[in-house]
Amino acid sequence: MIGWLDTIVQGLLLGGLYALFAAGLSLAFGIMRLVNIAHGDFIILAAYLGIAIAEPFGINPFLCLLVVVPAMAAIGYVLQRGVLNATLGQDILPPLLVTFGLSIIIQNLLTEIFSADSRGLNAGDIEIASIPVGGGIAVGVLPLLVLVTAIAVIVGLQLLFTRTAIGRAFRATSDDPVTAELMGIDARHIYGLAMALAMAIVGIAGVYLAIRTSINPTIGPARLLYAFEAVIIGGLGSLWGTLAGGMLLGVAQTVGFRLDPGWGILAGHLTFLAVLVFRPNGLFPKTRDR
Amino acid sequence: MSKVLTAAAPAFAIERQTRASRFGAVALVLALLVMVSMPWWGGRAEMRTLTEFLYILALAQMWNLLAGYGGLVSVGQQAFIGLGGYALVVFAMKLGLNVFVSVFLSGLVAAVIAIPTAAVVFRLRGAYFAIGTWVVAEIFRLLIANTVWLGGGSGLSITSAVKGIPAWWRESITFWLAIAIGLGAVLLSYLLLRSRHGLALTAVRDSEAASESLGVRVRDMKWFVYVASAFGCGLVGGLIFITKLRISPDAAFSADWTAIMFFVVVIGGIGTIEGPIVGALVYFALRGTLQDFGSWYLIVLGLVAVVLMLKMPKGIWGWVAARHDIRFFPVQRRLRLTETGKGGRR
Repeated sequence: MIGWLDTIVQGLLLGGLYALFAAGLSLAFGIMRLVNIAHGDFIILAAYLGIAIAEPFGINPFLCLLVVVPAMAAIGYVLQRGVLNATLGQDILPPLLVTFGLSIIIQNLLTEIFSADSRGLNAGDIEIASIPVGGGIAVGVLPLLVLVTAIAVIVGLQLLFTRTAIGRAFRATSDDPVTAELMGIDARHIYGLAMALAMAIVGIAGVYLAIRTSINPTIGPARLLYAFEAVIIGGLGSLWGTLAGGMLLGVAQTVGFRLDPGWGILAGHLTFLAVLVFRPNGLFPKTRDR
Repeated sequence: MSKVLTAAAPAFAIERQTRASRFGAVALVLALLVMVSMPWWGGRAEMRTLTEFLYILALAQMWNLLAGYGGLVSVGQQAFIGLGGYALVVFAMKLGLNVFVSVFLSGLVAAVIAIPTAAVVFRLRGAYFAIGTWVVAEIFRLLIANTVWLGGGSGLSITSAVKGIPAWWRESITFWLAIAIGLGAVLLSYLLLRSRHGLALTAVRDSEAASESLGVRVRDMKWFVYVASAFGCGLVGGLIFITKLRISPDAAFSADWTAIMFFVVVIGGIGTIEGPIVGALVYFALRGTLQDFGSWYLIVLGLVAVVLMLKMPKGIWGWVAARHDIRFFPVQRRLRLTETGKGGRR
């Protein structure tokens, strides 16, 4: 019994990481209706960026966030203004195909530069530290930190959207870019900022992923799928829903793994399908898909 | 009486053929004859390359039908290639059916499985549909990787399915099958698009809302295209693994299949029948020149596709067709005034 409870707790904590994966994807879709197929590959790119900075200089992985996050934000802004803005429009094909192309380019560039070997970030003692919470269950410090970060990111985004001028500009552009431009908002710049913000979160997610587990250049697409599943399970437009979706996905995976190591990921995917069949709008939908 | 009428009203004809299309038909027949006879005079290496070219052409036509006409951008078509491959394993190896008959059954199995799949993934729209199809492909991959009977995660060898068939016959029949599937995909797409369903499909491509208001059953059309494309991908899946003689879940359900379809269609020109043909030629040429550079070849292909999508969204063929009005496979109906009609024009 304790064993199962422990499995569920670990799944909930894993959900924090998935919520971090999903927040950037959800943000880009919410503001510019852009689904970035390369989202998972950008997470892996951020992870390798962390490795490239932390390993040669022996820097603490958490400190390298100070470089990775702004670097990813810059990549996001340039990418949006330089490439992705040109793909936005009624037709869904161009953004999908361009980001799919980017996904393949990133995967193969990373393979060329870092080889196909598995790598990871070493954060020292924190990786194995845990806090006993009673009843024989212990919570790892690192997974807890990831979950706390995910919650902090969501609270931060909520505050940004509701309390600041730039948040208002984000919402206005999302609702109606043409009218927003009449009010003096530069939609292209706003889209650039939105992607910068999404990529900054991707930067955090990537570094945490590399600390938590070993990575290789080809695992990006699977992260995209987890992020996507968390968004759909939670319901479009709701960041707290996305956190809940990530947690449900995490629990499904850890429970699946406990039953049979081959079933973990499969259980996650099947949970997603079940939600899609029985609650097509997700658990906590805020907006309806058009 | 009728003479008077034709003289008064401008006479017209609906043109459904072009000079290029008559040339295209002749070229297709010639290509067919040359290829069918190849086992008697061609080299093994050429036949292998041509087989691969033909099945990639078929895959590209299937994806073009889905994304270019049905507006269904799927990144999960590897689901049906993999299912086709494993259906071959079941029919040819486990049930002992003829391996070439099994290829056809592979297509059927993929189409049948596509029906419940469509019921689920059609709940997602646009870009979310794309990622949803990918999840489905992963589910099939993981289900098969967990099935020990089908070799589990490490896969199995299919050699025993072709045991007893003389090598020449095996290679020749495989090659003829590839011709049938490759050219068949082109021809069936062409005939479908020229039929009244094709008209509906083209209307769906141009505007879903407008075609729906004119009575096109958009959902039915999409459903049909999805299942048809699954059938094609399943056939190709069966064929691919007769040539490879070894199957594993990672190879059968690899996202690389979709990447190839996507490159070929985008480079050649989406939403035309000529596009995938041109794209497949360019793909093979690029791969041939860059194959010594490892993953750089995929990087270059990705870059070419991204740049084309941004600068030339209709692909190479779209660009050519817009400038020169050449159509080898005309699917549109064009109104042309005939000679007498011209005389009666004011």
